[in-house]
Amino acid sequence: MNLAAELGPPLAALLELTHRCPLQCPYCSNPLELERAKGELSTAEWMRVLDEAAELGVLQVHFSGGEPAVRRDLPDLVAHARRAGLYSNLITSGVTLDEPRVARLAQAGLDHVQLSMQDVDHQTAAHIANYPGVQGKKLAFARMVRAAGLPLTINAVVNRHNVVRVERMIDLAVALGAARVEVAHVQYYGWAIRNRAALMPTLEQVQEATARVEAARERLRGSIVIDYVLPDYYARQPKACMGGWGRQFLNITPSGEVLPCHAAQTISGLAFESVRHKALAEIWAASEAFERFRGTGWMPEPCRSCDQREVDWGGCRCQALAITGTAVAADPACALSERHGTLRALADSASSEPAPAFTYRRMAPPQDRKAALAATPT
Amino acid sequence: MTMPQLPSGACPGLAPGVRLTFDKARDRWVVLAPERVLVPDETALEILQRCDGTRHLDDIVDELASAYSADRSEIEHDVRDLLVSLIEKRIVTT
Repeated sequence: MNLAAELGPPLAALLELTHRCPLQCPYCSNPLELERAKGELSTAEWMRVLDEAAELGVLQVHFSGGEPAVRRDLPDLVAHARRAGLYSNLITSGVTLDEPRVARLAQAGLDHVQLSMQDVDHQTAAHIANYPGVQGKKLAFARMVRAAGLPLTINAVVNRHNVVRVERMIDLAVALGAARVEVAHVQYYGWAIRNRAALMPTLEQVQEATARVEAARERLRGSIVIDYVLPDYYARQPKACMGGWGRQFLNITPSGEVLPCHAAQTISGLAFESVRHKALAEIWAASEAFERFRGTGWMPEPCRSCDQREVDWGGCRCQALAITGTAVAADPACALSERHGTLRALADSASSEPAPAFTYRRMAPPQDRKAALAATPT
Repeated sequence: MTMPQLPSGACPGLAPGVRLTFDKARDRWVVLAPERVLVPDETALEILQRCDGTRHLDDIVDELASAYSADRSEIEHDVRDLLVSLIEKRIVTT
């Protein structure tokens, strides 16, 4: 029996319905080279993907983007997911949906809404998203979600501009009636690496934020669930990225490419397959990209003999590539990586200088795209 | 043995955004919640299947005590213990 068969099907699929988005957050998890509307899967193709995912054994789908609500067929896709027995989560910026559309999503059987939050401070939020008035729209949207009876998670993304306000972001989530808040430090891939110096908090700021989150957890026990994601650059142990490569999770891009994680396209030499040409089950079980880092067989030292190898699964391949130049190396977030010091030095130097201006996430005109990619520091 | 505290008259149900469903691909019951998939053990499953938001806590305990011919106060303790922890995790609501 091969490893994929032994592992079984993925638990969750992240569906990037589109890369279009009205916001331009400089830490966007989409690739630098954003996909265009004309390449997106059609409604019928996404419906087939939902059926295939449910058939394969996926339990939860996350409708994401870009901003998934710019797709007018979102309620139809949610209804289709429900019919297929899938648990559906909407990951949204909240700025494009009005009350009737929220009601339609609730009627379609949407299970949960996850709303991103840039800050509690309106001015900083507008600056981060490059969208005037963004916070007011988000607050209104959060109230619509709760009025429609949908459960809400606030996803607060932490960086040097808002790190001093983590506690207020948690309190805002409580005030909005969220059952859960994810306080997640920026993870540095793609756009966030380009903006690393503009986003990186200092070690002291991270420690202070962590203490405040811990205190809020005690204070708010029973009224809200707080998930906290630490920044890798100040960590000593890597995260089990995606719960391990090709173990629990898959990501589908707007045009149908199936990825083991949303940043996997940064790893050159990996060939991805599309739901347009192959069945999802076959891609999960046998595609080269999924097989490449599945399990522990690919690991060099220090991972190979490490007693944590089946806990963290070697950490993040994309971060290993971005920092060490090779995707097969140990994740430098690990204290056992020979490049661990590099990661920390990058964070220290980025955070000690005044923050430079953001490079906002946007679609580059075609002729500029190569230049934009070449300008990415590592 | 102190009884874990729950509001009196509680009729526990699954919280909004939480579904108990049978996972055909893996031949098991699962609890689906925001960003979480929980796999209940046999006891937890028996309890969760009775948490429909209308049944009273005492009735759930009675049913389980008779189904398992077990000591009622022991069952009550187990039920309360599980529910208190699931309420804190926002899986169950009363």
